[in-house]
Amino acid sequence: MAVREVAALDVGVDTSAVTPVRRQRRLGGLFVASVIWIALVGLGAIFAGLLPIPSPTEMDMLGKRALPSAEHWLGNDVLGRDVFSRLIYGGRISLTVGLLAPVIGVTVGGALGMLAGYFRGRFETIVTGGVDVLLAFPPLVFALAVTAYLGQSILNITLVIGILGIPAFTRVARAVTLSLSEREFVTAARALGATHSRILLRELLPNVALPLVAFFLLGVAVTIVVEGALSFLGLGVPPPAPSWGSMIGEGRESLDIAPWLAFLPAIFMFLTVLAFNVIGDTLRALTDPRPGAL
Amino acid sequence: MAKFIGRRLLYLLPVLLAVTLLTFLIASLLPGDLAITLLGDQATPEKVEALRAQMGLDLPIWQRYLLWLWDVLHGDLGRSFRTGETVLAAVADRLPVSLELMVMAEVTALLIAIPLAILCAVKSGSATDRFLTGLAFGKLSLPPFMVAILLIYLFAVSLNLLPATGWIPFAEDPIANLRSFVLPALTLAIAEWPVLMRVLRSDMIATLQEDYIAMAKAKGLRPARILLVHALKPSSLTLVTVTGINIGRLIGGALIVEVIFALPGIGRLLVGAIYARDFIILQGAVLFVAVGFVMVNFVVDMLYAVLDPRIRHGRA
Amino acid sequence: MDTALLSVEAVSVVLPTPRGPLKAVDAVDLSLAPGRTLGVVGESGCGKTMLSRAILQLLPKRAKLDGRVMFNGRDLAALQPEALRRLRGPELAVVFQDPMTSLNPVLTIGTQLVETMQAHLGLDSAAAAKRGAELLAEVGIPAPEQRLRQYPHQLSGGMRQRVAIAIALSCEPKLLIADEPTTALDVTVQAQILDLLAREQRRRHMAMIIITHDLGVVAGRTDEVAVMYAGRVVERAPTPQLFAHMRMPYTEALLAAIPKLDAPPHTTLPAIAGRPPDPTRPLPGCSFAPRCRYADDRCQGAKPPLADPERAGALYACWHPL
Ligand SMILES: Nc1ncnc2c1ncn2[C@@H]1O[C@H](COP(=O)(O)OP(=O)(O)OP(=O)(O)O)[C@@H](O)[C@H]1O
Ligand code: SF4
Ligand SMILES: [Mg+2]
Repeated sequence: MAVREVAALDVGVDTSAVTPVRRQRRLGGLFVASVIWIALVGLGAIFAGLLPIPSPTEMDMLGKRALPSAEHWLGNDVLGRDVFSRLIYGGRISLTVGLLAPVIGVTVGGALGMLAGYFRGRFETIVTGGVDVLLAFPPLVFALAVTAYLGQSILNITLVIGILGIPAFTRVARAVTLSLSEREFVTAARALGATHSRILLRELLPNVALPLVAFFLLGVAVTIVVEGALSFLGLGVPPPAPSWGSMIGEGRESLDIAPWLAFLPAIFMFLTVLAFNVIGDTLRALTDPRPGAL
Repeated sequence: MAKFIGRRLLYLLPVLLAVTLLTFLIASLLPGDLAITLLGDQATPEKVEALRAQMGLDLPIWQRYLLWLWDVLHGDLGRSFRTGETVLAAVADRLPVSLELMVMAEVTALLIAIPLAILCAVKSGSATDRFLTGLAFGKLSLPPFMVAILLIYLFAVSLNLLPATGWIPFAEDPIANLRSFVLPALTLAIAEWPVLMRVLRSDMIATLQEDYIAMAKAKGLRPARILLVHALKPSSLTLVTVTGINIGRLIGGALIVEVIFALPGIGRLLVGAIYARDFIILQGAVLFVAVGFVMVNFVVDMLYAVLDPRIRHGRA
Repeated sequence: MDTALLSVEAVSVVLPTPRGPLKAVDAVDLSLAPGRTLGVVGESGCGKTMLSRAILQLLPKRAKLDGRVMFNGRDLAALQPEALRRLRGPELAVVFQDPMTSLNPVLTIGTQLVETMQAHLGLDSAAAAKRGAELLAEVGIPAPEQRLRQYPHQLSGGMRQRVAIAIALSCEPKLLIADEPTTALDVTVQAQILDLLAREQRRRHMAMIIITHDLGVVAGRTDEVAVMYAGRVVERAPTPQLFAHMRMPYTEALLAAIPKLDAPPHTTLPAIAGRPPDPTRPLPGCSFAPRCRYADDRCQGAKPPLADPERAGALYACWHPL
């Protein structure tokens, strides 16, 4: 369903007033560009091993900070490693963590939020109170502590960022469920004697899904940023594996002589995060009935 | 008003209790035996046992929690095993730096966001509005550490105008102290203005369509008064919330920014404690940060009542 | 009547909507001499509020205004914002339909009353506060000094409308537009507010436009009545003449629909069968034709002009006047 609506948005077919249509069309172009960029980064990440690029970890001690050449398209980093290759492989880590971590949030948080919004009562009070408590803790400190004590691995990073995302997803799911459960189709199902699980799974879930998917995409963007921050601080994926965050961190040391070493991974990360934000926001606008909510 | 405060207080207490419990659980669930950490792996099992008993580590976890909570309620958050510094002293030492950073950052962010939001709301739909909202949206994808790199490159490396790192106590050299805060505060402000602008803009657009704004125009008031007195105040509830959340977060120091710019604030204290596995400091500082966050939010709730008399009189 | 204070000349208002342009006001002409009272009557949605906003230059941002609004010899639609601002308050004032939404919820009554006088009369705050308390007393609010410190939500609807009237009167305007000032109020309060307006209007010798959907409201309180339907003025006559001899079937239907005093509060217009036409899809003929029991082919095919064929001083737009 999401795909169909996005397609409609793309063409800009809409009966509403003049300005919104123009606006949506403009957004459509950005939307397509975002999808293309993510597809490129994604394909690069999947097929990195098959691409005709040098190894991302092989050091060329003579070619430290080498300028771009036919061999090294974007030059080398401080340790003489191929920058382009590291960017491609870095996308692997960003996308892996970025796509997997919010899955934890969306399933656990989504379920908690729906149950809280549907059953209300004491359960809801406990869930919302719990969310308030969790939100009081500085997330980055959590993530740093966990990776520092449990070890730096993709799995640990994914798990901790995923768990940190649960409260936000709970809030969204609860809010959407609350607004839906007063609607006729739910009341009707209830009046017809449908079981709770049937109402939750058949009536509510399909309607909660779209806002959650939109929020999931925004979550991907946030996750990529958090992973980048951890790696930037040296507590992300262990070296020498390339990650955009650690590349920025390493490049920072030579801002004065080779600023591009920090800026290239920064641009890659910015564009990827932006692309997920654009896609997520477009979907959110579709599910948000308020006009001009963009 | 008293009833309103009472209701909020009643909610505050369990939340604070849960915060202490969670802090304690996390700290005790982190792997590694404190006694062994302290004595080194060479220590004899008897010695370890003795220290565990002395520190109460052999008690069941709920008893340990209650003992710890008792101490915390008496203002004793413990003492670093490494430096011997009490948690309170460590936090008190770092807090002014984080607070100075927070105030400068929030003020700058609001100074950027409020005029732009008003401009966008007044000219909503115009090219200016679309440009600024587009810019704000794009900025959401630029995390603080990238902004920091960019600012360092521009102002420290290329133009050589401002220091990239280092901190000088205010008492020693006020000007140098302020200069060392410019880039970090700017980094945070640049990170935050887009969110502030977006919420204020959309609330303000809604307010400008209210009857009482038409009424204010019909009264022949000056546009500045209509915008600043009649429209801004009722539009600022969400802005206050978001600013409050930001302030609550920054009480705990701006972790990344403090690390990048080498500012000795709470954020650096936390990172240092993590690196050094100084878990008493970590536990105490996290508790401070979380409680600070909850308390700031409580104050923000009170601020609502100041901004909206209907809440004050219990009708909201 | 060439000494008109206000003359509305061929004013049209078009609003862009998702369903296409909506002509909320269609070529309306009106004029009002100083100190006189005009009633504008019509069903909900016929464009009364848009007409008043067109006069006040308070239309929604995307609305398009055609025609001229001459006030004291100046076209309001062509005035610079600053010149317009100076007129609002001391020359032109308005009381809105819903006192629940027309007062700012976060400012005290005092602030909202005093700021107008400070902006236009140059009073210092002490003098303005004193005058504010007097004004509240004049509009029948007990304990005015206390009220000045209160917020709108602490007042009842009728009290709020009195405050709104005090604000409107505070700079002694030459023209007051009251847009359904009593629709949102209880019946018992309605008459009090209307009497208050009438009293102040006479006392200050100010011109007034009373907008309402209730012909009963304008009966004893206006000098002239304009009946609106679907954005157009369809009948206009001096009040006694109108009630003596109505020419438009629509006006007659409106009269039949006057709410009775014993009706429960907030009842909307009961009884004209059918609904007004979709304002985004104008009809070629008389807009009232679908609901008019006298309608024939001529009514469906051609729009009757607003005219005074009998030269009796009463204008109407109908092919088959009563
Ligand atoms: N902001 C707006 N945008 C688009 N259309 C509007 C807007 N405000 C009013 N309209 C439409 O303009 C027409 C005239 O509305 P107006 O408010 O002038 O009616 P009214 O006679 O004052 O009715 P009421 O008695 O309900 O106040 C209506 O069809 C209404 O739907
Ligand atoms: S013109 Fe015809 S339809 Fe219109 S009011 Fe007169 S009689 Fe009725
Ligand atoms: Mg109206």
